[in-house]
Amino acid sequence: MSSGKFDFVFSIGGEAGQGIATPGDILARVFVRRGLHLSTYNAYQSIIRGGHIFLTVRVSDEEVLTHGDKIDLLLCLNQDTADRHVGLMESGSRIVFNSDRIKINNPKEGVFLCPMPVSELTGGSRNRLIQNTVAVGAMVALMGMDFETLEESLVLRFQRRGQAVVDENVAMARAGFDYTHANFPLFAQGAPTGSKPLAVWSGNDALAMGGAAAGVKFYSAYPMSPSTGVLHWMASNARTLGIMVRQVEDEIGVANMAIGAAHTGCRSMCATSGGGFALMTEAVGSAGMMEIPVVFIDVQRAGPSTGVPTKSEQGDLWQILGASQGDFERFIVAPKDCLDAFNTMPELFNLVDKAQCPGIVISDLVISEGRFSVDPDLIDMHPVIDRGELITTPTASNGYMRYKNTETGISPRALPGLEGYVHVVATDEHDENSILISDEFTNPHKRRMMVEKRARKFRLVAEDVPAPELEGPEDADVTLVGWGSTYGVIEEAVEQLKLEGVTANHLPIKWIVPLKADAVSEILSRSKKIIIVENNYSGQFYRYLRSETGVSVDGHVRKYDGEPFMPHHVTTGVLEVMAGKTDVFVPYQEVVV
Amino acid sequence: MTTTTDVAEGRSVAPLTARDFKGPVDPDWCPGCGDFGILNSLQRACAEMGLRPHELLVVSGIGCSSNLPGYINAYGMHTLHGRALAVATGAKMGNHEMNVIVTIGDGDGYGIGGNHFTHTARRNVDLTCVVMNNQIYGLTTGQVSPTSSTGMKTKSTPYGSVEPPVNPITSAIMNGATFVARAYSGDVRHLTHLIKQAVKHKGFSLIDVFSPCVTFNLDNTHAFFKGRVKKLEDEGHDPSDWKSACEKAMMWGDKIYTGIFLQRELASLDQQEPVLNEGGPLGFRDLGLERKHTERIIQRMM
Ligand SMILES: Cc1ncc(C[n+]2csc(CCOP(=O)(O)OP(=O)(O)O)c2C)c(N)n1
Ligand code: SF4
Ligand SMILES: [Mg+2]
Repeated sequence: MSSGKFDFVFSIGGEAGQGIATPGDILARVFVRRGLHLSTYNAYQSIIRGGHIFLTVRVSDEEVLTHGDKIDLLLCLNQDTADRHVGLMESGSRIVFNSDRIKINNPKEGVFLCPMPVSELTGGSRNRLIQNTVAVGAMVALMGMDFETLEESLVLRFQRRGQAVVDENVAMARAGFDYTHANFPLFAQGAPTGSKPLAVWSGNDALAMGGAAAGVKFYSAYPMSPSTGVLHWMASNARTLGIMVRQVEDEIGVANMAIGAAHTGCRSMCATSGGGFALMTEAVGSAGMMEIPVVFIDVQRAGPSTGVPTKSEQGDLWQILGASQGDFERFIVAPKDCLDAFNTMPELFNLVDKAQCPGIVISDLVISEGRFSVDPDLIDMHPVIDRGELITTPTASNGYMRYKNTETGISPRALPGLEGYVHVVATDEHDENSILISDEFTNPHKRRMMVEKRARKFRLVAEDVPAPELEGPEDADVTLVGWGSTYGVIEEAVEQLKLEGVTANHLPIKWIVPLKADAVSEILSRSKKIIIVENNYSGQFYRYLRSETGVSVDGHVRKYDGEPFMPHHVTTGVLEVMAGKTDVFVPYQEVVV
Repeated sequence: MTTTTDVAEGRSVAPLTARDFKGPVDPDWCPGCGDFGILNSLQRACAEMGLRPHELLVVSGIGCSSNLPGYINAYGMHTLHGRALAVATGAKMGNHEMNVIVTIGDGDGYGIGGNHFTHTARRNVDLTCVVMNNQIYGLTTGQVSPTSSTGMKTKSTPYGSVEPPVNPITSAIMNGATFVARAYSGDVRHLTHLIKQAVKHKGFSLIDVFSPCVTFNLDNTHAFFKGRVKKLEDEGHDPSDWKSACEKAMMWGDKIYTGIFLQRELASLDQQEPVLNEGGPLGFRDLGLERKHTERIIQRMM
């Protein structure tokens, strides 16, 4: 990954309200239209004005899943950004800033400063945001790109606001572009052109689109960062795609409403973050008991409680594993990246339809709010749909039993409204014919039968889930085990370790339930050393892995400061553990936002 | 699927009777429990409206009252304590041609599910909510409920409750409900009539039904209600007059009103949602997306 011929990182820092997203979006468009890959991470806070926002965009001619380790180009929109981050800038890097208002103090030797006399270039424009456009022109010039693609992207971005706005922005970008060419040394390696234009999306877009592609007809939500993007995508596409989208009074209502809609035949889903998921948990178990397929998404943020709403963590695993009382069957899956999140949705919907049970997707802020390039040809909006044993036409015969104790444990599911299939679904334990066996007529033999029926169907359908596979050489010095969003950063660390003389392989775990513990144990039994990488304090995944496999490991790399891992954090951690310096390595976060 | 409410005429099938709506098991309610009168009224109303069992979805929560779906021949969902209205809203959106009746307790509806009560009323979801109000928590063997009178002694308020009760009728009116009624389960004819009106009403309808718990509420008994309940229609109440409705709803003494307090016309949630305009119930629609839409979505990402 990092061995890509072109691997360039730029960051834009400022405060909320300074319109940082705009240059970020414009530049992202420029790159993907050129066919370059990108990965972005936006570090921000939970305020609408002020604070510090720091957007990092990594661009490469190969696929990139992380925002990398270094910054080549920094755009400072305020003095605070300059003061905070000047120390991160190494020799050969460049800093673009508005020289009317910002001063760069103590840059390291070899850092090129690119002061932009914005007021002069803009003829004293009173538009506060115009400095962003000037800067975009400068950045495009520094990266050795032509002006035309930038102009196209500016038109796309501003056309809805009228020709005057388009013209002003194009002119200001041009001024920044020309000024830079005339005054500053460009980067030696210019941005190349890829083979075909790419698309950009966020993980939340991908989750929503994956749901839509899977045939979701009902989506309910209560806003909660960092999951709200799913609601926004659904709401803006609902009417075109025929999806009912509801913002509901609370997450208890969200989950229960999704279950009601699912029972009538809709593929239904809802997304939230940890706090909202806590409110949903009783409903998760009710879907298990009533045997209603429905999908819940938890986009993790740093907890506990309200925690750090704009920061990431893999801290909800045990909450999700323990969600809802009692023993019941449910799928739990943690996609490894944006495209995987997209593809997971139809796959999971097929599984929950077949097994008639809930499914839970674990994402986090890094995937969900990160923006990534994607080859549009890889987005399959028309995936295979398998609804399992679903009855959708009436019958003249009698004797339907909703919870028939079949050999497979799967009881054909008739949708309400059909003649001939009248039945009740119940959260109380019930017999095959839905009659309660919970109150007056408890019956241990029937209870056992129903518990086993539900377990049996799940075991059968869970066979469809692939076992995790080891990536990299079998005989590596060390196996790195991660789950969910750490996939990209571990892959990159494996490459970096090679340069340090350590061969590593990688066991990424995507399916939390079913874990396929036998396969995992078998793989790990052949590892020389095992190090677990996860984004939390207490090693939640490690403790789960150990409980399911009994495996003991050699060390851990853990991070819980709210910021995602950078590849070198993992690399350093592995080297320290391998050298016997520590069992649990916690990297130092250099970029402070 | 044919699922309108008053369609008995024009059908070749024999009309059903209340007995046809009898469920697979007999209720396990205590003898004399007010809930029997509600079940009877519901079965009668369904038969009289010409409904077929498969056209009706009865959604309940948890409580003595919420066991009702097991006792009626119809599609049913016996959901979590307090969550029936949320589940029923989802079900109605998933199949808006279905008649949805929610049967819950006072704890279910006004206590643990109070938030859903407020918002289901406000959204004007086209369903009928029958609250089987015994002013006590029956299933958990007799604790105070949100509708228990001040001073009432229960297992959890042995010295008498110091809290005032919620008024379901004025609450529902303030929340924007478009059909608000009260009944007494001892008057099956009147309740049957009200259920029919409520089901025919397009939008959210509440019927708060006094349903005496003969085991745990020794204050609000059949004898208590028999002498007190007075029908609004006998006094010429105008259901479009919300102020008078609130005044009458707040009377609690020798005279306690039953009947329709308020009724008004307002588009229901399913009528407001363009997604439901054509194509039949959402839950029965094909799942695939149209290429012209998906191509546009991907184009916009580039
Ligand atoms: C979340 C949750 N809390 C508590 C209970 C226990 N519980 C079951 S029914 C009930 C109260 C029932 O009262 P009400 O809703 O008035 O129904 P009734 O039994 O009086 O008909 C309670 C507290 C539960 N099932 N679920
Ligand atoms: S406890 Fe009360 S509410 Fe429950 S069945 Fe008996 S009489 Fe009815
Ligand atoms: Mg009660």
